[in-house]
Amino acid sequence: MAEPANTGPANTGRANTGRANTQPAATRPAVQHLVVRYAKRGKMRFASHRDVARAFERGVRRAGLPIAYSAGFTPHPKISYAGGAPTGVASEAEYLTLALTARQDETQVCRRLDAALPDGIDVIDVMEALTGSGGKASPQDRGGVAGLPPRADNSFGHLEASRWRVVLPGVEPAAAQQAVTGFLARGEAPVERLTDKGVRRLDARAAVIEMNVEMNVVQPGPAAAGPDGGERTVVTGDEDCAILRMVVLHTAPAVRPEDILTALREQAGLVPSSPPMTTRLAQGSRALLTGEGS
Amino acid sequence: MPVESVYPALEPLLPRVRKPIQYVGGEVGSVVKDWDDADVRWALCYPDAYEVGLPNQGIQILYEVLNERDGVLAERTYTVWPDLEALMRENGVPQFTVDAHRPVGAFDVLGVSFATEMAYTNLLTVLDLAGIPLFSSERTGAHPLVIAGGHAAFNPEPVADFLDVVVLGDGEQAVLAITDLIRDWKRAGQPGGRDGLLLRLATVAYVPRFYDVAYHLDGRISKVFPNRKGVPTTVSKYTVMDLDAWPYPRRPIVPVAETVHERYSVEIFRGCTRGCRFCQAGMITRPVRERSITTIGSMVADGVKASGFDEVGLLSLSSADHSEINEIAVDLADCYEGTNVGLSLPSTRVDAFNVTLANELSRNGRRSGLTFAPEGGSERMRKVINKMVTEEDLIRTVSTAYASGWRQVKLYFMCGLPTEADEDVLAIAQLAKKVIAAGREATGRRDIRCTVSIGGFVPKPHTPFQWAAQCAPEVVDARLRALGGALRADRGYGKAIGYRYHDGQPGIIEGLMSRGDRRVGGVILAAWRDGARFDGWGEHFSFERWQRCAGQALAGEPVDLAWYTTRERDYSEVLPWDHLDAGLDRDWLWQDWLDSIAPEGAGEVEDCRWTPCYECGVCPAMGTEIQVGPTGERLDGRRLLPVVGGR
Repeated sequence: MAEPANTGPANTGRANTGRANTQPAATRPAVQHLVVRYAKRGKMRFASHRDVARAFERGVRRAGLPIAYSAGFTPHPKISYAGGAPTGVASEAEYLTLALTARQDETQVCRRLDAALPDGIDVIDVMEALTGSGGKASPQDRGGVAGLPPRADNSFGHLEASRWRVVLPGVEPAAAQQAVTGFLARGEAPVERLTDKGVRRLDARAAVIEMNVEMNVVQPGPAAAGPDGGERTVVTGDEDCAILRMVVLHTAPAVRPEDILTALREQAGLVPSSPPMTTRLAQGSRALLTGEGS
Repeated sequence: MPVESVYPALEPLLPRVRKPIQYVGGEVGSVVKDWDDADVRWALCYPDAYEVGLPNQGIQILYEVLNERDGVLAERTYTVWPDLEALMRENGVPQFTVDAHRPVGAFDVLGVSFATEMAYTNLLTVLDLAGIPLFSSERTGAHPLVIAGGHAAFNPEPVADFLDVVVLGDGEQAVLAITDLIRDWKRAGQPGGRDGLLLRLATVAYVPRFYDVAYHLDGRISKVFPNRKGVPTTVSKYTVMDLDAWPYPRRPIVPVAETVHERYSVEIFRGCTRGCRFCQAGMITRPVRERSITTIGSMVADGVKASGFDEVGLLSLSSADHSEINEIAVDLADCYEGTNVGLSLPSTRVDAFNVTLANELSRNGRRSGLTFAPEGGSERMRKVINKMVTEEDLIRTVSTAYASGWRQVKLYFMCGLPTEADEDVLAIAQLAKKVIAAGREATGRRDIRCTVSIGGFVPKPHTPFQWAAQCAPEVVDARLRALGGALRADRGYGKAIGYRYHDGQPGIIEGLMSRGDRRVGGVILAAWRDGARFDGWGEHFSFERWQRCAGQALAGEPVDLAWYTTRERDYSEVLPWDHLDAGLDRDWLWQDWLDSIAPEGAGEVEDCRWTPCYECGVCPAMGTEIQVGPTGERLDGRRLLPVVGGR
């Protein structure tokens, strides 16, 4: 498995000095693409997409993985990311693809990469991406990621929708149920979100294929590093809290859980006592997520 | 008694602030130790935003040195931005450490590192949010000791009333000495209470409240003297004499948030004897002490491996001056050739050799920009500041740089230096044009660029310019405007030359705090109460506020803002920091000041590493000596690598 990572840039801009190892460090081709499912948990839910990307670039180097680099003046490690959960939102189902210049064992990569990342950015599963017709066992066969047929072309088009869980502190489940029923009965739910580029108008209703309120919830206690980001559960344990579950399509422009909460607030006066805690539980095809039930 | 995390109270606030990731900790390399297993607990504070404070070498070194010891615990805390400050006040959340979110008020020590005086108001924010009384005199045994260090602490007088203890010089051994004293005092049953501890600490550091200051009627200081027995009349700095014995940071803290320096930095030597008269760092960190090539090599290898950073910085005040810099550069470049680890020398002198080094280090690729600091625009000016760079040197250096493939050269200058006239600053425009012309000639291309970066000079304590009058901000601004005009005047060059400048007003406030005495503490407090935060950040700084607060706080005094800044001092005046000893002979500094402004032309001081000692006084006063190689050792690439690679 010994494989020096001679993955330097194509042109070093330097004359040959006759020293050993002076052949131009041509970009090594990727021979393996691995799909990584990872979680953003606990305090790390506050990491942005860019923060997560930096952590992975460093994690890959710390783990000593033979990552492929892009060609060009400033080579970048070849890691492609599926649309990440927004800053502040936890996730159990984030995806990225690594391009490697030497074949690696998936379980080993999973273990080494997870050990090299900060706690809370946790690698859950690593599997080989399907490469055209000659692909290896599909993840479904291995009981891997829900509905994910990863492809080597780094597109994540098959990730059609996400299942979300939203904890609403200070909201009575009955009130939440009423709001949800009202929301689902509507034909559309126009909301506005303030973005860097100004106010964006979205139809929050159109993206929602399933939504319900989790019953028999309140389970206070140490949810240490649970998917919801943990320690808050202890605080909110005393008061009511409603938990929403929903399946939301990945539309363009994207409808985020916060947009749906905006609609619930504006239309049904659903206002949590402190910021809601949102977790992405799964990503996959529409059929798989809706068929999954709860 | 265990201390509870404030995170449950903080967490609901985080979705409401900008870049919440900076407040959650959890970085690779960070350490959380058991509270009850430690008997001395430090909260280390860099009083600026996390993105600036995290990469700070001083904090990272002390964090590791302290956490390596059994029974000692160290965590980090930074100044929170005003958006979170407001929410913390509203919700009663105290200043916290990012490591375990423990309240800063529960620690034994709050250690604050001051790289710049502009962070003084941030100190007050940290103290206030921590629930620590702002004034040392109002604190009890229930409060942490507030200990300051860092370069600005060489004149801590403007913040003396807010500090309990000040450490001068290198921190590695000092923090351990202080830790031992605190532990012994605790084990002995805290004899004498807080004052008893401070009296013990006064033997190893400066305890401002054990000194009184007397003033003349005209406002000058008449004397600074100990007000109780057992307190020394002067306090000396610490000097670490064997950098190989202190190879820190070994396990750098790797932020998840974006920070200003994203690299692993290794200090290749400490101190500088180039003798640039404006440079406080070069004066207070003497003598030069090199880290050996082998220690540097293993630190780089281990640090890169532990952190996953893809850039290594070889730090020092003038990195090319290491006696084995060529070997270091060649060997490290060999080791990392073909990997994507980049190497850089952040601080280089104007010298063609530096270009050779930079070429060597950038073998791997990126050859974007090189930075040089002639500091003075005219040759006369550079003599005054003892930065002996001729125009020829500069042109030869930049020609070599452009010819080796560098496309952009940055040139750093200062404005408002002693004896400076308009034409000295305008000379920068001529110089920049010659640089571009030389670059075009060397490369035959027109797409090369140079950026002129310039800021106002602030005279600093413990330098030959400590007596100088600071240039008025209006004069600085007028010269900067004139330079901008001159740079743009010539169409053939206008687009090839970039221009960045810092206006003069913040420099005057920095000057007030740099050379201020204890009366300036009132100004800082007034400005902070008026809302001053993050004064080092242009968008937060308000000159109007500082002027107004200085006027109010100094109303009853015979001194004012101008008295502290634009006034020249004479030999006999007692300077606020005269009782704090950086080892420099005051008479040598004075003579060097006179030499710099001599009407017949400034006298030159050579570097004592290569010429006989010129008796600045540091080595005999501190019992230290210059420590330089060469060692004759080389780095073995096979032992250091591979860093990036499969197994």
